[in-house]
Amino acid sequence: MGAGHGHGAGRSLHHPGHSRVHRAPAHLKVVALVTFMLVVVATPRGASWAPVAYAAYGACVLAVVLAARVPVLFVVRRMVVELPFVVFAVLVPFVATGPRTEVLGLTVSEPGLVAAGHLLAKGTIGVAAALTMASTTTARELLGGLERLRMPALLVEIMGFMLRYVDVVTGEWSRMLVAMRSRGCDPRSPRHWGTLARGLGALFIRSYERGERVHLAMLSRGYDVGRAR
Amino acid sequence: MTGVPVLDLAGVAFAYPDGRQALFGVDLRVDRGERVALLGPNGAGKTTLVLHLNGILRPGAGSVTVSGTPVEKATLAQVRRQVGIVFQDPDDQLFSGTVADDVAFGPRNAGVRGPELDRRVAAALEQVGMAAYADRAPHHLSFGQRRRVAIATVLVMEPEVLVLDEPSSNLDPASRRELADLLGTLDVTVLMVTHDLPYALQLCERSVVLSEGVVVADAPTYDVLTDAALMARHRLELPFGFDPRAVGNVHP
Repeated sequence: MGAGHGHGAGRSLHHPGHSRVHRAPAHLKVVALVTFMLVVVATPRGASWAPVAYAAYGACVLAVVLAARVPVLFVVRRMVVELPFVVFAVLVPFVATGPRTEVLGLTVSEPGLVAAGHLLAKGTIGVAAALTMASTTTARELLGGLERLRMPALLVEIMGFMLRYVDVVTGEWSRMLVAMRSRGCDPRSPRHWGTLARGLGALFIRSYERGERVHLAMLSRGYDVGRAR
Repeated sequence: MTGVPVLDLAGVAFAYPDGRQALFGVDLRVDRGERVALLGPNGAGKTTLVLHLNGILRPGAGSVTVSGTPVEKATLAQVRRQVGIVFQDPDDQLFSGTVADDVAFGPRNAGVRGPELDRRVAAALEQVGMAAYADRAPHHLSFGQRRRVAIATVLVMEPEVLVLDEPSSNLDPASRRELADLLGTLDVTVLMVTHDLPYALQLCERSVVLSEGVVVADAPTYDVLTDAALMARHRLELPFGFDPRAVGNVHP
């Protein structure tokens, strides 16, 4: 069961600190992030001032990152999650129709190029903003913020359980993988994907049963479904 | 040790919905201040019995009474405050983001709030020697520490009886000994389910042997462990090299 330090989904995104951005109440950050994203997404595609607006949004995000004293590289490195999206955006000018134009000796679709540009700018700003939020807010604080924003308590509770048990379940899965490997199963080989799938099935059953045991333990301490906490 | 028993089970029988019968009429009485070990081979029905003590499972026949209160639907909340169960896997019991939150879960369900809640959480963590870890995440603790926090989550309810399911399982010898020291300091009635016979001898003056759903022995732990015929009949074995006679009866 080992004490799982250092890995796990939520933690690697967070950059601990005591800046004003870190200390800002999580619910304000959530509202600010959502508003900001809505503004970014609402930027019209045809407008000639769009590039200026994108630059301004970008500067905003950069200012927050600097104010939070989170290393810019910390955020940039984590932006690789955007990669599949970038690949898609880069493909657009090649597959889109419409008048052609020449870029670096390649013939590409002009409206496709514009669309890809907007897509990339909006996507990049969105990812950077979300990462800034994640790097300055722990998952716990985020849950507290959502609770204050009147998200239904049951949903907040379920998300809390996810945070708590993601390490337990992934730990269990990695131990199962080790046990499978020890008996000559190679998870990378398609020949063993059947075994892998059955393993995942077993993991699901185990997690489900753990859920039942957790529920029993909660009942034993007087938990009453539906009562506000 | 007279008066109303803390736990009083009379003829408790139980069958699971799939028809498998686990308990065939169990009688058990535990008085205030007693420390009782519940021994028995795998599949004897020990965990099933434990789940009856706070009404998670309800007997098909017979009755469970906690300090004079019959366990039934209307008394569940009260009974669950009186009977504190510490489950075998701390990961099942500790589900909150921080140790303090987890310890606060039970009393909060009982309506305790504010400074009184903080005080009780701090006191319970102090009791198990985990006060310094209040703000840590449970999954960052060692197994032994998690077990101790799990005990705190139950002690905070100020239960009349502490029920421990395999408290020494998965612990290294030092953690096992520390837990024994801790349990020795608690002034509470204890029912301990265990396969760890030396642990039972060390901590509990009385042992109850459950086998195939019935109580087959109820005697001082020393007498149970030294009754070779009884032990063999019910698949109870002492660990290699352990001789209760060499240890002697520590609870004469």
